[in-house]
Amino acid sequence: MRIGLFITCLNDTLFPGTGRAVVTLLERLGHTVEFPREQSCCAQMHFNTGYRPESLPMVARFARAFAGYDAIVTPSASCAAMIRDNHPVLAEQLGDAALRDAVAAVVPAVHELTEFLVDVLGVTDVGAVFPHRVTYHPTCHSLRGVRLGDRPLRLLRAVRGIDLVDLPAAEACCGFGGTFAVKNADTSTAILADKMTTVLSTGAEVLCAADNSCLMHIGGGLSRWNSGVRTLHLAEILAATEGTR
Amino acid sequence: MRSGGTDGGAGEDRPATDSRSAVLARVRTAVSDVPSDETPDDVPVPRTYRRTVAPGDTVGLFAARVADYRATVVRCAPEDVAGTVAALLERRGARRVVVPEGFPPEFLTRTDADLVGDRPPLSVRRLASVDGTLTTATVAVAETGTIVLDTGPGQGRRALSLLPDYHLCVVRAEQIVPDVPEALARLEPHRPLTFISGPSATSDIELQRVEGVHGPRTLDVVLVVADTSGANP
Amino acid sequence: MTEDTDHDGRVWLGTPAFPEAARTALADTRLRHNLRHATTTIRTKRLDATGEVPHWEELREAGAAIKRRTARHLATYLEQLEASVTAAGGTVHWAADATDANRIVARLVRAAGGPDTERHEVVKVKSMATQEIGLNEALAAAGITAYETDLAELIVQLGEDRPSHILVPAIHRNRAEIREIFAERMGEWGRAAPDDLTDDPKALAEAARLHLREKFLTTRVAISGANFAAADTGTIAVVESEGNGRMCLTLPETLITVMGIEKVVPTFTDLEVFLQLLPRSSTGERMNPYTSLWTGVTPGDGPQDFHLILLDNGRTDVLKDTVGRQALACIRCSACLNVCPVYERTGGHAYGSVYPGPIGAVLTPQLAGVRRAASLPFASTLCGACYEACPVKIDIPEILVHLRAKAVEAKRDGRALPTPEALAMKAAATVLDSPGLLAVAQRAGAAGGRLLGGRGGRIRRLPGPLAGWSATRDTPAPPRESFRTWWRAHREER
Repeated sequence: MRIGLFITCLNDTLFPGTGRAVVTLLERLGHTVEFPREQSCCAQMHFNTGYRPESLPMVARFARAFAGYDAIVTPSASCAAMIRDNHPVLAEQLGDAALRDAVAAVVPAVHELTEFLVDVLGVTDVGAVFPHRVTYHPTCHSLRGVRLGDRPLRLLRAVRGIDLVDLPAAEACCGFGGTFAVKNADTSTAILADKMTTVLSTGAEVLCAADNSCLMHIGGGLSRWNSGVRTLHLAEILAATEGTR
Repeated sequence: MRSGGTDGGAGEDRPATDSRSAVLARVRTAVSDVPSDETPDDVPVPRTYRRTVAPGDTVGLFAARVADYRATVVRCAPEDVAGTVAALLERRGARRVVVPEGFPPEFLTRTDADLVGDRPPLSVRRLASVDGTLTTATVAVAETGTIVLDTGPGQGRRALSLLPDYHLCVVRAEQIVPDVPEALARLEPHRPLTFISGPSATSDIELQRVEGVHGPRTLDVVLVVADTSGANP
Repeated sequence: MTEDTDHDGRVWLGTPAFPEAARTALADTRLRHNLRHATTTIRTKRLDATGEVPHWEELREAGAAIKRRTARHLATYLEQLEASVTAAGGTVHWAADATDANRIVARLVRAAGGPDTERHEVVKVKSMATQEIGLNEALAAAGITAYETDLAELIVQLGEDRPSHILVPAIHRNRAEIREIFAERMGEWGRAAPDDLTDDPKALAEAARLHLREKFLTTRVAISGANFAAADTGTIAVVESEGNGRMCLTLPETLITVMGIEKVVPTFTDLEVFLQLLPRSSTGERMNPYTSLWTGVTPGDGPQDFHLILLDNGRTDVLKDTVGRQALACIRCSACLNVCPVYERTGGHAYGSVYPGPIGAVLTPQLAGVRRAASLPFASTLCGACYEACPVKIDIPEILVHLRAKAVEAKRDGRALPTPEALAMKAAATVLDSPGLLAVAQRAGAAGGRLLGGRGGRIRRLPGPLAGWSATRDTPAPPRESFRTWWRAHREER
């Protein structure tokens, strides 16, 4: 199986540790992964902010970069949802027949990381060790975009040493919403405040999720509050083998 | 006033025919993407929701669901209706009650309340001043605890069950259907229909439910069951 | 008709753009508290009421399909409805816009009052369509007093306020405020509130009952909206809780119903779907206390003079948009408001429209023109909770993103120079579409991040439009080594 990693522009630039964790994890599970260097961005920010023509080259680039892979794995629920739901729409609206076909060829191979682990590889125990109190925030795109269901929690429960605590009102949005957090910073902050309150109520040391965009938002607030809670992408917990040699 | 045309009263009206043709033309233009040979039936409507599993005990379910609205349900055998009606009127202190045309007289044999007829029609003030109204129903829905009146015999015109503060409704067990689709199928669309689910209520103030706003504050349902082995809810 | 012509008097109340309007609302702690309590309460009730129906998803599917069928063949159904209502003794009028509708209503009210009537008055059932066209204000200008009879609408009217929720228009008011409004204002409109009025909801409801009872008994004309109208039979439905609807539909001599053209459904049988979807989604009840269905005029029962006004007022513009038209399926249940993280914090007034919340964010820009309400499609995190809750499966996030594209296009078309945002987006697209440029940008960002920040790799303050973000959030400084740099060093060159 040829596995192509789609790291996403945000992870590539701001959260390279997440990408490294995905590589570590998949290699530990016995798979060789490739990073097609032509990849860049899924165009989610442009598409969701209304800049459709600007999105199109990125859609085409994605289809080019990942042509021919058996599986395309990405540690981002929202980027997976963008590709799955909107690349075909954009190709249909603004593209040509060649682009439509190229997009149609890659989209079915796209898997969010936990989908890939649980559905394709059939594993929930990935051999991770992480002796910390952790709470999990199901991001909106995890819940309703790619419908991860309980896959992330099944993976987390199998982590050795973990003290996994439920997040109250877990399914409430964190208020990020991409450019929403910039255009409507005040409302976004009001939503964020409630999310942070629930995170702190768990007494967790680590907040994890399947999207670094939302974690950047919640983590940015938790850091500003000097809350002592850090955010980690799920992949980084699954890749961890803390205290083992 | 049947034509909908202008009456010349307000000179600046655009002629009604203009608005009609303008709106219809806009509607047709707006859906120009719909193939001209498509008929409404070509747009499928899946009706798989018509799978309500008929509850084993429709009568019991109806009674429980009506009670959920904080209305009172009293079950009784056919021969006990008159006594039940009398007892309820007594309990509610309803001394003067309206009885619509066609309300079964045998239900009235035990009460000593003043019974007021609606022929000739009572004025709204008169109606608003009586204590309550007795009606039958045309159909009832178990799943939602709903009673439907269609102004037929024993039910009277719509205002009767609206203005007085108390409504006592006699429902026969065989009138209860399991669900909303079944109820609508039994109704005559051209009659005025009133679906009643508990007493009037509002949750407009801090979402705290208050029974009794403009309609009756109290709803009592007498449920006539031939076999009353079930205890009163 | 292009998007921007002659939308005056339609829907849009012209408040500040959403972000500014929201800022005011967010600072109102009482409002925040009221909203949180209300939305949380209704959310729970709705989940209980919808969860107990085993075929709920099939009902939603059917509701969406019926609305789709209706929209695609709207002209057919409107003409059928007109014929059915006319055959049943009603009169049908068509209104192209708000002005048109308001004139028709005023004319009918005057005619119903008779030539020697001095004071023209009407009682009203809660109706969003009449709010949308500003009917009460138009009637006042024509010397006609309109009395709202829904408890919340009464609170809003007496308080010279605006509704902020589709279902619970006074959701932003608590009992103490309501008591004050009743005590101070009721007397100016009719029967005053009792001197010893408390803030107990029961007492407040009783005060409203006494205040309005006289109006119900004496007013000769009523105005209502419509929840549904069955084309095949001409039957109209009004779904309510308090009985004020029944009063208005039953006691006056003349009834005028103002109905958006999208409210028609093909058949009486189709009501079996919506009478299940609406109450459970809206109030979280199995069934609302009262639903009235009537067909034209019934001799000896209820109004003997019935008028139905079919209102366009921008709906055909919505219908024109093949993506946006699904918003016309809305049955005004308000489930989307109650699950929306944005609405829960800002309330309805921030949306500057009679249609607040997620549905307002997709309906208002379409009814009023996207230029006029350009901030609304952006007033969402795209979390998708609204789509999940919608009983007729309106894909609100899809329409929001679609309208954002239209808003951006409208800005592009109207200007010689691109907006700063458009320039930034263009620049970002150029960088993101080039791995080479992206790598350069990453290195520059790492250097810039060190300049901007950040002890412990945290940037505290960002410049320009990002200042709002960084006011409450730290931003990670870009690390020296991007993922692609690491990959090259550790995998490609191994």
